[in-house]
Amino acid sequence: MNSTSTHFVPPSRVGIYEPLHQFGMWGETFKSNIGNGGSVNTPNHILIPNIQKLDNNNLSEDTSHGTPHMFDQEASTSRHPDKIQRRLAQNREAARKSRLRKKAYVQQLETSRLKLIQLEQELDRARQQGFYVGNGIDTSSLGLSETMNPGIAAFEMKYGHWIEEQNRQICELRTVLHGHVTDVELRSLVENTMKHYFELFRMKSAAAKADVFFVMSGMWRTSAERFFLWIGGFRPSDLLKVLLPHFDVMTDQQVLDVCNLRQSCQQAEDALYQGMEKLQHTLAECVARGGLGEGNYIPQVNSAMERLEALVSFVNQADHLRHETLQQMHRILTTRQAARGLLALGEYFQRLRALSSSWATRHREPT
Amino acid sequence: MDKVLRMSSEKGVVIFSKSSCCLSYAVQVLFQDLGVSPKIHEIDKDPECREIEKALMRLGCSKPVPAVFIGGKLVGSTNEIMSMHLSSSLVPLVKPYLC
Repeated sequence: MNSTSTHFVPPSRVGIYEPLHQFGMWGETFKSNIGNGGSVNTPNHILIPNIQKLDNNNLSEDTSHGTPHMFDQEASTSRHPDKIQRRLAQNREAARKSRLRKKAYVQQLETSRLKLIQLEQELDRARQQGFYVGNGIDTSSLGLSETMNPGIAAFEMKYGHWIEEQNRQICELRTVLHGHVTDVELRSLVENTMKHYFELFRMKSAAAKADVFFVMSGMWRTSAERFFLWIGGFRPSDLLKVLLPHFDVMTDQQVLDVCNLRQSCQQAEDALYQGMEKLQHTLAECVARGGLGEGNYIPQVNSAMERLEALVSFVNQADHLRHETLQQMHRILTTRQAARGLLALGEYFQRLRALSSSWATRHREPT
Repeated sequence: MDKVLRMSSEKGVVIFSKSSCCLSYAVQVLFQDLGVSPKIHEIDKDPECREIEKALMRLGCSKPVPAVFIGGKLVGSTNEIMSMHLSSSLVPLVKPYLC
């Protein structure tokens, strides 16, 4: 309790305009009270002792503001009754103002407390329903109401587990490649890592059926990953760019095969992307059709909805391209090269995720 | 069915599509990139659209469009074309039909 005096804010600064600042200051008070067996749900236990302190300090602070010391007061006012009256009036006024400020501050605290309880409950509810909080979603913009789609909630939970398994596999690859491992062991590790990626594409397909815009938006990924998003995932040709520098020795046949793969991958990407652009174009036309002021445009909504269904097949096709690119690389490379490539790929995404965290934290540092 | 078989042999590379199908357009773009100019049949503009669709499904397509025929033989839909291209087996197949 006594610690609060070191955090005491002069009454002139207790105002409506600095609620958060105040909250921070009294944070320690909350903690010490909770530690003493009090709880957030018993306001009286928390607030009353401090309020009294606030009151006492206020009074003494105010009356000592620019007014003479108590002794002097007595000596001078015996000869000046007006001064006594004036001083008493000033005291009363100061006390009244102090009480009003205290009341406002307490009300702020009460509101904040209720809001906090409410948020905690919402968070608990969302967690129970499978909403994986913190997977790249900035907590200050939690759109809790948007993710009550069970297909999406399930996907987010699965994706959280997918990331955990991914990290574990990357660790294993790293350890194994630094040591001695038989080709057989390495092959099974590579197979598992590949299967893991394919599993993600299956998950995404189900999620796209539930809400294609969610998958397309990349909201389930971290911010840096989202920057590189191409039709709901990584660009297949980027995959090759990430992998290639890690293969020191390649046979002539491999060089040729990789070259061909790069070219065909690029062509397939371009073709798919042009298809997407056409889809956007036709959807825009569809939505814009009709006269102005026509609120009721049901026929257009229907054809627009049909176009949106096509978006699901584009996302699936993009994932198919990713799948095939990975598959072809696996075919072209030796087991050891494939292991190194998969490690490089996994680490690349890990670094992007770490970058997103660093960026988010840096953004929130007090200025 | 006869109509479909006839249409699919009209040219080296034939694509059955619909004017609203953007995936069909993507496949078309890919072939053009490879130097092939495929014959496009927009079946939604054909009066016998339903029959053509049924015939294509009976030939083995899971979706009626896009359906790609090379040298008169059904190769498949977008998935198959993309897989073949990435495994370098599409280019040899269309070689005889380059412009």
